[in-house]
Amino acid sequence: MADTAVDTGRGAGNTGRRGFLRKTFLHNVPAKIAALPMMATVLVVFIGCTIWTVYYSFTNSRLLPSGDFIGFEQYERLFGTSRWNVSVWNLVTYGAMSLVFTLGFGFLLAVLMDQKIRFESAFRTIMLYPFALSFIVTGLVWQWIMNPTLGLQGTMRNLGWESFTFDWIANPRMVLFALLIAGLWQGVGFCMVLMLAGLRGVDEEIWKAARVDGIPTWRTYISVVIPMMRGVLVTAVVLIGSGIVRLYDLVVALTNGGPGISSEVPAKYVYNYMFGAGNIGQGLAAATMMLLTVLIIMVPWAYLEFGGKGRRS
Amino acid sequence: MQTSVSIKDLSLNFGSVKVLEHLNLDIAKGEFIVLLGPSGCGKSTLLNCIAGLLDVSDGQIFINGKNVTWEEPKDRGIGMVFQSYALYPQMSVERNLSFGLRVAGMPKAEIDQRVKRASEILQIEPLLNRKPANLSGGQRQRVAIGRALVRDVDVFLFDEPLSNLDAKLRSDLRVEIKRLHQRLKNTMIYVTHDQIEALTLADRIAIMKNGVIQQLADPHTIYNKPVNLYVAGFVGSPSMNFIEGTLNGPTFTAADGTAIPVGTYDFVGATSGSTKAILGVRPEHIFVGEAAADMPFKTEAEIEIVEPMGSETLAWTTVAGVSVTFRCSSDIDIHAGDKIQVGFDIARGSLFDAGTEERL
Repeated sequence: MADTAVDTGRGAGNTGRRGFLRKTFLHNVPAKIAALPMMATVLVVFIGCTIWTVYYSFTNSRLLPSGDFIGFEQYERLFGTSRWNVSVWNLVTYGAMSLVFTLGFGFLLAVLMDQKIRFESAFRTIMLYPFALSFIVTGLVWQWIMNPTLGLQGTMRNLGWESFTFDWIANPRMVLFALLIAGLWQGVGFCMVLMLAGLRGVDEEIWKAARVDGIPTWRTYISVVIPMMRGVLVTAVVLIGSGIVRLYDLVVALTNGGPGISSEVPAKYVYNYMFGAGNIGQGLAAATMMLLTVLIIMVPWAYLEFGGKGRRS
Repeated sequence: MQTSVSIKDLSLNFGSVKVLEHLNLDIAKGEFIVLLGPSGCGKSTLLNCIAGLLDVSDGQIFINGKNVTWEEPKDRGIGMVFQSYALYPQMSVERNLSFGLRVAGMPKAEIDQRVKRASEILQIEPLLNRKPANLSGGQRQRVAIGRALVRDVDVFLFDEPLSNLDAKLRSDLRVEIKRLHQRLKNTMIYVTHDQIEALTLADRIAIMKNGVIQQLADPHTIYNKPVNLYVAGFVGSPSMNFIEGTLNGPTFTAADGTAIPVGTYDFVGATSGSTKAILGVRPEHIFVGEAAADMPFKTEAEIEIVEPMGSETLAWTTVAGVSVTFRCSSDIDIHAGDKIQVGFDIARGSLFDAGTEERL
């Protein structure tokens, strides 16, 4: 058997190469032509620009790109800047809390929604509504609500509750939580809808079987239902995660990085250095670090998910 | 006979819709009861009530003499098998079997022993480390039965367990369920819409319609002495032939005037005067050729369609103005267009009152 296989392989070798080329380029030509614009986009925008970014992060480009290599100097400067370090730390803290709470609240709301309640679709619409707004709008609205003099605190004090304090937005130690509130308000509804779809995909009879088996409801959720929702969970994590990494507009609208630099985030650092401070090299170095972080997280995950033991059933 | 499951005056409403109404059912220990009926007749609802998966509106349920009407399913001493198997997809077969016991905090040794016993009985030992996704439908249903088995309960509930399987597997697994019952001698309550399953498995069949049990009897009685027109028409394939007419003493006159003597029929009660009635005769109680000669009613009929089924032959003809199916041995050579003598075995037939549809 093995011999025949080798022979066939060798026999096909000469003509096979041409056949391979024909298959690759001529098979299903219309589809390939249709895909060309997207292929070009991927090559030029995603891969090309990424290479450009990494390349110029090693130069001393300032207002305009320049070709003078200065090695890792931009990176040394980057990690010597307290604004960048605060940004990274803020993003890690915000990201971890946002991921946990969005998933947690989203799942909890979905579970509540799944209890055959009345007016379910009305609730679902209300919960999903913030997702339809841009982060700028969300940020502005919450800026007004949380503004100590104009917002909730001012209103309560005017009503006579003199000691009422809600000044997170102006408090460097609490400002991240102010961001978190606005971020959750925007993102939880969408997560809930995703989770609800996942919950609805679980067969009614699984629940009945678990009840007959005497498994408590919370245990059924943890041991049976959540493992069954793996696909939905992965989708949710990817969507929430990508939202966290590119966190920018919410910060700009809500706090503009303040008070001081206490709510700066990496994307804002990149933008400010490239277009504000006219220091392209520094901005690109920061952007490269962001890319590197995403890769460090994504590559092992992608390897586990798609590589390793080959395709999953 | 000791009662295993006893249902007293059970009612269930969904809002204003009455699904079950004042239903009574006593099931003896070790009995195999089949709830049979078309979809929407309330049979699955009744099973869910017994399992405790639905709260009843009124009435009581006793299992082994204990009032379990408001008990949780796990405390009722029942195991249940579902149509969609309802296995936990992310757990291995072994985990599927043992999960409930683990959660209940049973000692490991006992869990292992129970899983071992159940997997031996069901011959699923080689599958213990597989995930449900890697099992065939028949294997999955065995695991589902195993999950009920490890609970070591007195009452097994089956909710259309074979309906998702193909015909061949269904008949195989049907025999296995029967074997399981003979071996374990548990009380089993089995819901199905498949009359073959009902007739082959049951000690007693409860035929349901609109939430009411129409007849509760052993398969032989159900088949041969249906209490009303509904049961007569529902059980049997091809179904019973019905001839409408008038009953006057020992003579039944069909709508087209054909007189059929029904003197040999075993009436339930006395009938007086002339009543509108329906005569039902099963296809296999119609005889042809020489066998027809001894029958109390015989007539000449023309064969319209012949369906050879291998072991037997089904044929369509018209008697007394009504289309009639009969079943005969495949050795008898008949063809469409043949004129043959057919005879009705009236003693094994059924007569129903046309108004009340009850057996006469």
